[in-house]
Amino acid sequence: MNSSDTTSAELALDRPSYLHDGYGWKSWLLTKDHKRIAILYLISITVFFAIGGIFAMLIRLELLTPEGDLVQAATYNRLFTMHGVIMVFLFLVPSIPATLGNFLVPLMIGAKDLAFPRINLISWYIYVLAGIFILWALIHGGVDTGWTFYTPFSTHYSNGYVVSTALGVFIAGFSSILTGLNFVVTIHRMRAPGMTWFRLPLFIWSHYATSLIMILGTPVIAVTLMMVAVERALNLGLFDPRLGGDPILFQHLFWFYSHPAVYIMVLPGMGVISELIAAFTRKRVFGYTVVAFSSMGIAVLGFLVWGHHLFVTGESVYAATVFSLLSMLVAVPSAIKVFNWTATLYEGSVSYETPMLYALGFIGLFTIGGLTGVMIATLGIDLHLHDTYFIIAHFHYVMVGGTIMAYMGGLHYWWPKMTGKLYPVFASRLSALLIFVGFNLTFFPQFILGYLGMPRRYWEYPPEFQVWNVLSTAGASVLGVGYLLPLCYFLYSLFYGKQAGANPWGAKGLEWATTSPPPTFNFDYPVVVDEEAYEYAPDARAVARQEAHSA
Amino acid sequence: MHSGGVSVSAGAGGHGHARLQHHFDDLEQQREASTLGMWVFLCTEILFFGGLFTTYVIYRQRFHGVFAQASRDLNVVWGGTNTAVLICSSLTMALAIWSAQINRRKLIVMFLLITMAFGLTFLGIKTVEYKEKFEHHLVPGPHFHYVCPPGEPCHPEQAEIFFSLYFCMTGLHALHMIVGVGLLSYLLLPSWQGRYTSEWHNPLECIGLYWHFVDIVWIFLFPLLYLIGAH
Repeated sequence: MNSSDTTSAELALDRPSYLHDGYGWKSWLLTKDHKRIAILYLISITVFFAIGGIFAMLIRLELLTPEGDLVQAATYNRLFTMHGVIMVFLFLVPSIPATLGNFLVPLMIGAKDLAFPRINLISWYIYVLAGIFILWALIHGGVDTGWTFYTPFSTHYSNGYVVSTALGVFIAGFSSILTGLNFVVTIHRMRAPGMTWFRLPLFIWSHYATSLIMILGTPVIAVTLMMVAVERALNLGLFDPRLGGDPILFQHLFWFYSHPAVYIMVLPGMGVISELIAAFTRKRVFGYTVVAFSSMGIAVLGFLVWGHHLFVTGESVYAATVFSLLSMLVAVPSAIKVFNWTATLYEGSVSYETPMLYALGFIGLFTIGGLTGVMIATLGIDLHLHDTYFIIAHFHYVMVGGTIMAYMGGLHYWWPKMTGKLYPVFASRLSALLIFVGFNLTFFPQFILGYLGMPRRYWEYPPEFQVWNVLSTAGASVLGVGYLLPLCYFLYSLFYGKQAGANPWGAKGLEWATTSPPPTFNFDYPVVVDEEAYEYAPDARAVARQEAHSA
Repeated sequence: MHSGGVSVSAGAGGHGHARLQHHFDDLEQQREASTLGMWVFLCTEILFFGGLFTTYVIYRQRFHGVFAQASRDLNVVWGGTNTAVLICSSLTMALAIWSAQINRRKLIVMFLLITMAFGLTFLGIKTVEYKEKFEHHLVPGPHFHYVCPPGEPCHPEQAEIFFSLYFCMTGLHALHMIVGVGLLSYLLLPSWQGRYTSEWHNPLECIGLYWHFVDIVWIFLFPLLYLIGAH
């Protein structure tokens, strides 16, 4: 997409790449380079993903048998709480924005760095501090409130380390606010000459939308958890029913952030998928403008649907009806994306490289996750399915089947750019397959379990549910192997991988116009953009068909 | 943001300026970026306080009379004085920026010091008020003891919610004031060294924006907490 057709691979490499621009711990821990900060984030979120994953494995092992034999109720409560807290706040929220987004936003718009490099580094330190708070709580015995911290249990009765965990989440929030702030300012003010808004890659549009939610939603959960912490630690009464306070008010405030947070988690994933689909069909994404605006639509509508978490908690029928309709409305921009990705495949030169396998997996799994979302947005069905495994399966289809598939796909797509190395093809395709199969085996039985009435958050269950639980645990083992495999071959590729070259996929986009790995200031030449996004040469067959049609 | 009209010469001539960071093209871009960043941050702050204001609105509507009754236990004179102090501090903050625009470095330092003095006065008065509340057992918790005015409906537990909100909201605001005074002190040395000129004084502007924002929050807090009881 750059005007000067000298790809920088051909330029004399008399300057180091960002990976070799300084060695030693100081050059990493005090770096202001957005690419190095992305790597710092990548390492730390991988650690937390592993910790959260261990909790998931323990949960699935306990549920292998109907009796509570591996752990007892109190421990089980802590297991699913720590799994939720770590996965949501320390993995999913920062996953794509803080790693791929941090790395790629300046590259894709032709900037030397994010607008505020120091704030970017600070955001990583804040994230680490949040992690320490949560790990501290974990080591001392954990929390048993569920990741939702519902009052008055969390403020008065819970036996766990609620204050330190809530403070951890509070602090993590500021890390994500700073990331969002940095993205918004960068996208507004740092675009290269010629990079107009409608030439931006869709990855940038979705990160812009995500950043808006981070900026406007996160402070609300921060202040809400602060209220929980002061109520518990300092005996202030803000949600205390004994004083006339309203615990349901907490739920409203909590979900005002935590529902939009779902879109913080999935929108960046959608941005990744748009890039992958364009690159591996060699086509401009069908309906570019609509896809760009659908990201903004999701961000705006996402703020208006929080009440669907309170259908059975005491909400007026009128409010519930409005929230139900608005929730269904979110399906429209989401469906626009899915249909447009599918339409992009039509007459494209589709190649099934590993990232594309993940992208196709995403489309299938996200569609199931989204459609079941419409089901439970209807009042009647939600009464039956609320707080059952159906809900668990639904949001894992969106969060794991959606976000993590996209994250893995993006990692496989940009890994050669980030490290300059290629990873083994067969192993990576195998991992994509294992994750897809393992995921479905884990979570599809949970739809059935939930529909049959198995409630979430219980450590034991009636024996007739065992067969589905065994299937689910078996699937989780496959899924675990699927996640371990990339860890192995990515590390392997760092040492033994082949050199990637500037553009191993032959893809469009400014990030492929610089070397792999890029130099510290990203480009060796002044970037000027004079092309639309995804300006691939038309496919020969499509041209021939069109000519035959017009003749 | 082009309408700032502040650093006219900064546009093209800013290239190679000592204050220019490596990843910006010119000072104008750098200035626009940090000012936009500050505004975005203030949006975050509005929603941060917004959670507490929402909670306030809901309980105020639910416990209308008791909130008005409990509000009378706050000291309007102290609160009013603090409001005046903060409004004056906003003026001196603006004057500090004006001093930079006319290249008077000593004047900048003077106005910054006055602004800080106002800020500390506010915090001092707040401390006196908190101490009073503590002595009157109006701090929520096991020692909370609210004496209802005679002849009026008596709901001490709802008054406790009012005082919980009072301490949360003013406490969070005071925390912002402390941060603000810290930020102002951070500006003192560079101002004295003459780093802020008519060409480049963006840190002053951004921290000024933050200072005004914290003032405005108080302008909302004062009537909501102190004045609802006065008819």
